[in-house]
Amino acid sequence: MVAGQPVMPIVGVLSDELRKLSMRAKPGEPPDSNGHCPPRPTSARFARHAVILAPLLLAACQPAVLDPKGLVGIADKTILVDSLAIMLAIVVPTILATFGFAWWFRAGNTRAKYLPEFEYSGRIELIVWAIPLLVIILLSGVAWIGSHELDPAQPLASKTPPLEVQVVSLDWKWLFIYPNQRVASVNQLVVPAGVPIHFALTSASVMTAFFIPQLGSMIYTMNGMTTQLNLQADAPGSFHGLASHFSGDGFADMHFEVRAVPAEQFAAWVEATRKTGPTLDAASYTSLAKQSIDAKPFTYRAADPGLFQQVATQQLPPGPGPQTGLPDRTVSPRTEK
Amino acid sequence: MLGKLSWAAVPLNQPLPMIASGVVGLTILGVLVLIVLKGWLPYLWRDWITSVDHKHIGIMYTLLAMVMLLRGFADAIMMRSQQALAFRAPGFLPPEHYDQIFSAHGTLMIFFVAMPFVIGLMNFVIPLQLGVRDVAFPTLNSVGFWLTATGALLVNVSLVVGEFARTGWLPYPPLSEIAYSPGVGVDYYLWSLEISGVGTLLSGINLVTTILKMHAPGMTYMRMPMFCWTALASNLLIVAAFPILTATLAMLLLDRYLGFHFFTNEAGGNVMMFMNLIWAWGHPEVYILILPAFGVFSEVIATFSRKPLFGYRSMVAATMIICILAFTVWLHHFFTMGAGADVNAIFGIASMIIAVPTGVKVFNWLFTMYGGRVVFTAPILWSLGFMVTFVIGGMTGVLLAVPPADFMLHNSLFLVAHFHNVIIGGVLFGSFAGYTYWFPKAFGFRLHDGLGKAAFWFWIFGFYFAFMPLYVLGLEGMTRRMQHYDVAEWHPWTLIAAGGAALILCGIGTQIAQLVVSIRHREALRDVTGDPWNGRSLEWATSSPPPAFNFAVLPSIEGEEAYWGIKQRAIRQARLRDEPEYAEIEMPRNSPTGFICAFFASFMGFALIWHIWWLVALGLLGAFATFVVFAWRDEDEYIISADEVARIDRANRRARSEALARLQVTT
Repeated sequence: MVAGQPVMPIVGVLSDELRKLSMRAKPGEPPDSNGHCPPRPTSARFARHAVILAPLLLAACQPAVLDPKGLVGIADKTILVDSLAIMLAIVVPTILATFGFAWWFRAGNTRAKYLPEFEYSGRIELIVWAIPLLVIILLSGVAWIGSHELDPAQPLASKTPPLEVQVVSLDWKWLFIYPNQRVASVNQLVVPAGVPIHFALTSASVMTAFFIPQLGSMIYTMNGMTTQLNLQADAPGSFHGLASHFSGDGFADMHFEVRAVPAEQFAAWVEATRKTGPTLDAASYTSLAKQSIDAKPFTYRAADPGLFQQVATQQLPPGPGPQTGLPDRTVSPRTEK
Repeated sequence: MLGKLSWAAVPLNQPLPMIASGVVGLTILGVLVLIVLKGWLPYLWRDWITSVDHKHIGIMYTLLAMVMLLRGFADAIMMRSQQALAFRAPGFLPPEHYDQIFSAHGTLMIFFVAMPFVIGLMNFVIPLQLGVRDVAFPTLNSVGFWLTATGALLVNVSLVVGEFARTGWLPYPPLSEIAYSPGVGVDYYLWSLEISGVGTLLSGINLVTTILKMHAPGMTYMRMPMFCWTALASNLLIVAAFPILTATLAMLLLDRYLGFHFFTNEAGGNVMMFMNLIWAWGHPEVYILILPAFGVFSEVIATFSRKPLFGYRSMVAATMIICILAFTVWLHHFFTMGAGADVNAIFGIASMIIAVPTGVKVFNWLFTMYGGRVVFTAPILWSLGFMVTFVIGGMTGVLLAVPPADFMLHNSLFLVAHFHNVIIGGVLFGSFAGYTYWFPKAFGFRLHDGLGKAAFWFWIFGFYFAFMPLYVLGLEGMTRRMQHYDVAEWHPWTLIAAGGAALILCGIGTQIAQLVVSIRHREALRDVTGDPWNGRSLEWATSSPPPAFNFAVLPSIEGEEAYWGIKQRAIRQARLRDEPEYAEIEMPRNSPTGFICAFFASFMGFALIWHIWWLVALGLLGAFATFVVFAWRDEDEYIISADEVARIDRANRRARSEALARLQVTT
């Protein structure tokens, strides 16, 4: 497995060592090419092992957010790690000082001097106001520049023109419309690698958020509104995408697979998609918008390119909610699977 | 006749809530039977239920918080075990239950644990520290408490009758609108918080007035103990912020009940308006909770370091700066709404600036210990645990205030870990420190120190085991409120987190044991002097527990740390101050207004939830009539005779003289 971008050289070395260790501990289960560890059994025996090995496994499989596969994610992570490093420089000494002061000035320590009247020192006051202030000024710079460079609506700098994808969050699945390719898919997002993607997002019903941790920033989806997001997968791979704002009973199943493929494979996928499946128009959208849990991925061979606009401007009405109110199994339309 | 209410509302087919409520119901019934059989009812009615004594109301607030902590923690255990089990499996809680549980957990912990705990401590301590006999509006205080209890009652009734909200602890529309949540769950949430919110506002007005207008002679603002300052800031925030909550929830109620369109998808409703409004209350709420905890730590660290608080003026300034800045940062709760770079950056930076006064506070606590003689009792352990934990929580908080970092971590378990890090590590540890510190003042005997320390160690290890994995899970891309999941990397961490919750359970068990053991050994733990910790502020000048009138003669204050000065002079001169001339004291009469008003409000709330309109009218009329009757009252005070005052105060003086004599012998 190729090491992810190590946080700092020392951490990189350390995690390499730990990775070797953990590989030895669990032979035959190397992480796959995307850094995902293979599925593991859930026996009680494993549970015990997991507790012991967890820190090692973490070193082996970099957490998704710290193992970005796209330029937005990499930039987000850099800001995250830099900010953390700046703060650790002040937080670690503070924690050590807490332990140190409390222990040295313990009542039983006769060697510590007792200053029962020591309650003010202008010099110390100056320092205790200055240190946090300077740190925050530094971080404010990071936040200001970061907010502007990584504004989700900002197009990515690239020679390749972006791929347009329109996203509609429904109860409880994701609809992806490719307006220029005139195809669409549910709970499955296929994109060309190395090409910027411009997402326009809205919601069919309640509010939620669109998030692919390894590619970078998330954004809310809201009915009657359109939000913008720009992401890119730098290399081919498959990633986990999910709804990251609670949206009701089917929320936990509202995830999707993202496949970044080489450009020619993407073209082939579009071609193949055009051959089979239903078509997406106002009628099929209305039936899709009904509540359902754990929808399996499928594609539409043709999609009305104006549909997204009709959803976003509420020409197509918001999706319906449940039909009864009590917490009964019938509330969750599980039968519609 | 009964509106939407029918037998279908009682979840007879679901064992979990039925067993839980059955056990709770039987316990309550048992306690009631015991009270009646033992003949305690008149005592309870006279000394507690109708009491307007700020000390008794403070204790009842704290008791409410602790009972609700058990309920909220039961929810937490269920959530953690569900996530531990629900890897590629449905777990034992279907979504419609799981969603209620995390919503109830958040609602209970914020509104009915953290809030009553800090309000209870403030109620009990503030008048004692200011050297006065009562709060500004004693009966209003009682009304505030009982309305809070009504809210808590309604949330718990939802366990048996109907359902609770399935929307999260802040019911974001349109999910919380009638179209997507047609059940009564959101109504339970809304009416509970509308009613208890009025109670909180009344309490805030009462305490602000008390702190601004009622002082012992010589107790100027810059001589007030730090806890009074943080309480002032906290209550100013309550007065300014809670009306926003009440209004926002009222708008949602209008949407749900009368077809308005404040936050609906249709007819021009705006979801984003709800988010702005709810967080315009929600962010100050964070400081409403944490500021009193800061005050507790300031008292505890100074007392057990045997030193005055370092940098008092800086601490006052930092507190008031936090109070103001609290209103300028709400937007950081939704950077991911797509507001644009300038807006996000400005609110991100504003949020970070709050770290400056907070950092100053941490450093000043450090320098309070510097040159001190730190005595490791349970309260200081909670304080040290707080300092270490809170610094970490503060750091992750500032991290989330950097918009691009938030784009990756928003709504994730990293966020959940962050706010538990500051709320458990800050508010709850502060409440426990305050509970242990002021317990002898309230009841006349100390809590068992060894068990208190054991509870602390369970809690701190439990906290780290339960929430550090959540930081990792957030970095793994796991979002909050997942009823089940398929990602293998997440599973080990949810198992560790469940283990952490089990450790916290041991901590809570130890705390219950501590209370039981302390009550049984109360004679050995008796505080005879009224000053068990060698305290520095005025509450330690009274006997433990203090008399109804607190101070026989209002003390005259000559500097910061009022009681420390009095005590040092007594030690120097080897005698107490001369006995004052005792006069009769007027104290406010008990009043059942709060209890009766809350009684009617409970029925009104329940009836509103179930659309039983005649009962709504009856409840409203009853509550209103209660106030009218109260307003007609002619005699609102009773007299404690000068002889009685003298007798009580002389006992206190005798205890102090004996303590002083013992001190002279040992030195």
